[in-house]
Amino acid sequence: MVAESVLATRETSWSEAVSQVHAVFAASELGRLIEAVARRGYAVLGPTVRDGAIVYDQIESAQDLPAGWTDEQAPGHYRLKRRDDDALFGYVVGPQSWKKYLHPAEVRLFSAERPPGEGQGGTFRILNNETKPKAPQAFLGVRACELAAIAVQDRVLLEDKYRDAVYGARRAGAFLIAVQCTQSAATCFCASMGTGPAVANGADLILTELLGAGGHRFLVKAGSERGAEVLSDLQTHAATDADLHQAETGVQEAASQQVRRIENDGIKELLYQNFEHPRWDHIAARCLTCANCTMVCPTCFCTTVEDVSDVTGDHAERWRRWDSCFTGSFSYIHGGSIRTSSKARYRQWMTHKLASWMDQFGSSGCVGCGRCITWCPVGIDITEEVRALRDGGSHGNP
Amino acid sequence: MATAVITDPMLTTPYLLREVAKETPDTFTLKLAPEEGGNGSSFRPGQFSMLWVFGVGELPISISGNPAEHDQLVYTVRSVGQATNALVSQAVGSGVGVRGPFGTGWPVEAARGRDVIVVAGGIGLAPLRPVIYEVLHHRQDYGRLVVLYGARNPRDLLYRKELAAWARHRDTQVLVTVDYGGMSWRGHVGVVTTLFKYARLKPTNSVAMVCGPEIMMRFVTRELVSHGLSRNDIYLSMERNMKCAVGFCGHCQYGPHFICKDGPVFTYEQMRPLLEKYEL
Amino acid sequence: METLERIIAEHPFFAGLESYYTGLLVGCGANVHFQPGAYIFKEGEEANEFYLIRSGRVALEIFAPQHKPLVVETLEEGDILGWSWLLPPYLWKFHAHAVQDTRAIALDGKCLRTKCEQNHDLGYEVLKRFAQIMERRLEATRMQLLDVYAVR
Repeated sequence: MVAESVLATRETSWSEAVSQVHAVFAASELGRLIEAVARRGYAVLGPTVRDGAIVYDQIESAQDLPAGWTDEQAPGHYRLKRRDDDALFGYVVGPQSWKKYLHPAEVRLFSAERPPGEGQGGTFRILNNETKPKAPQAFLGVRACELAAIAVQDRVLLEDKYRDAVYGARRAGAFLIAVQCTQSAATCFCASMGTGPAVANGADLILTELLGAGGHRFLVKAGSERGAEVLSDLQTHAATDADLHQAETGVQEAASQQVRRIENDGIKELLYQNFEHPRWDHIAARCLTCANCTMVCPTCFCTTVEDVSDVTGDHAERWRRWDSCFTGSFSYIHGGSIRTSSKARYRQWMTHKLASWMDQFGSSGCVGCGRCITWCPVGIDITEEVRALRDGGSHGNP
Repeated sequence: MATAVITDPMLTTPYLLREVAKETPDTFTLKLAPEEGGNGSSFRPGQFSMLWVFGVGELPISISGNPAEHDQLVYTVRSVGQATNALVSQAVGSGVGVRGPFGTGWPVEAARGRDVIVVAGGIGLAPLRPVIYEVLHHRQDYGRLVVLYGARNPRDLLYRKELAAWARHRDTQVLVTVDYGGMSWRGHVGVVTTLFKYARLKPTNSVAMVCGPEIMMRFVTRELVSHGLSRNDIYLSMERNMKCAVGFCGHCQYGPHFICKDGPVFTYEQMRPLLEKYEL
Repeated sequence: METLERIIAEHPFFAGLESYYTGLLVGCGANVHFQPGAYIFKEGEEANEFYLIRSGRVALEIFAPQHKPLVVETLEEGDILGWSWLLPPYLWKFHAHAVQDTRAIALDGKCLRTKCEQNHDLGYEVLKRFAQIMERRLEATRMQLLDVYAVR
């Protein structure tokens, strides 16, 4: 039953030598990259501007990308603003993550039917369990924190005791084009989580957008054989030391811009030992249990299953939908819910994310993307809450 | 890339409902068999299945049958809500979806050579019945078998004929009590913990397996510890909301544990730091 | 009375009690036997003794006019039955009903409570022992009240 790692399989067949080669292509070539990927049968998905936010959607050409936009983020605050250049990736992460394509918010697990008219007393048969997307998907503009989030979900949904067929089918075919961040939002804290802003591995192509003296261009490195193969369709030239230096400096600047951080040393013990900390009441007084944090989180994986049947009662479907530990029904067992208070629900979310995740899956469940801070309607800041727990001493069980 | 055969753990398999027997006014025992027949139904005592009622919903239900019988799966279901109601009201011959079996089981292998103390409350006897079958089937491999069973009132006792039959096996003590006894009840009256003073226990060489409402299990574990059982020799079967049974849905988390894939059976040593935490 | 003495001395309830007192108890103890259906005592009667049950089963009952008697608890081998003799008003609060053929040792509570008043060291020992029984029964009663098997 142990699931095979998609990433591991790919990495072992990949020669280390090729991955060290950096090339450069002009920004005007990006359209060709999109075409090259699309030509290979992928649906290309990437950032676009919609409803005043950067959201991921189908990309036909480089024209669809958010040229000249940046984002301003703070607790409970998100605004798009014009840049004074034409950068295509001059923002960080929006409300959505690639989770929406790999682990869809709604998916039909299967449909089934009973012979018409038999009603009660009849048997049924499964009609389908379509787990595969129509076409394999290519993600353009995957940030370091998002690659880390995909690795976290791989661990949960593919590499534990059981393998999720829906996620597995989408993940196995996905082509990942990463973009390194050269700027951070005020809500970013990937540097402290060790997940970014530099992209290490896990992508088929790794891009860094360069602007200024050398012109608008992309530094590129293949992260897989198929990445290198796609790259061969583009007009590239060898990267200069100046290109490499500019990219490195940009990524370092993004890291040094980060004003938020989580101190991970002993964080598991911190949360386990502070089950009764007065801070939980402080959070509960603000938390609306709206579940936004869990919806925007790129690693939150919880789901519920709903049954649908037609009026004849002969046709039934099972749908899986995202669920949240902030809802009352989440912990329901006959008689009532276990976590009735918002205090208990926030505590469950944060303790799972930062502590029990380590016991369950060997890493933190947080990648430092900051989405839960930005999209919390009352601006609850997970980094601030960790600090408050640390400052308050121990309250609770050993 | 190597293509492994992807089996979809969320996909259910139609089984045929062969029999529904009423145990108590609200509890029924269901027998399910694969549609094509055959011996495909092996499980370990303590494991559960996800049973799907067409168009209604899916439920985690412990297997209550005999692990030595491979041609059917037996479940004892208490009807307490819409889905359980629908499940027990299915007509014989209906198709019921089955996923599983899932979860760890009771430590029937580790308990060989030792005394087995089974403590059950209410419907909690259902997941423990396979343990009793297993011990009686391999009687010489185990020491004494002590079954302590409590229910709300005499009407709510499960498997009454079997309880009497089990008591007739050698080295087997079966004590039954009810919280509320009527005048026609000649047996014990009192909660299940009051049975311990009448049980003949060898605490140093015993394994206890406990299943019932959580409050009952807390009282019982205290009793077992006070009798000298080690916390690692006391096993509990836990219940939480469950949508998938395979660790994907997140609902059944209990501290760091997933009840579905790490449990539902845990040692008291594992559960002790969590049991007394409110709203965990 | 050698058996009676041994039974009393070996019973955990009397463990550690000075032999002078156990001797006193033995002196006023008697083997008793109740047929199934017999009442050992009834609600409202004067409580002058208590019982060490040796075998059988005794139901503690209470009744309301419109109901059959309700069994609140059963007591069996090794259990101590009755403590109403220890505290005023020295009246039984329940019926004690032998539901099986029951053998017991009846002990003189009235005599013992007089001794306890005269000798508070003995009184403390006796009260401590009964407090433990009461604590266990109170805990069991609370769990019973929680009605843990009910559908809510």
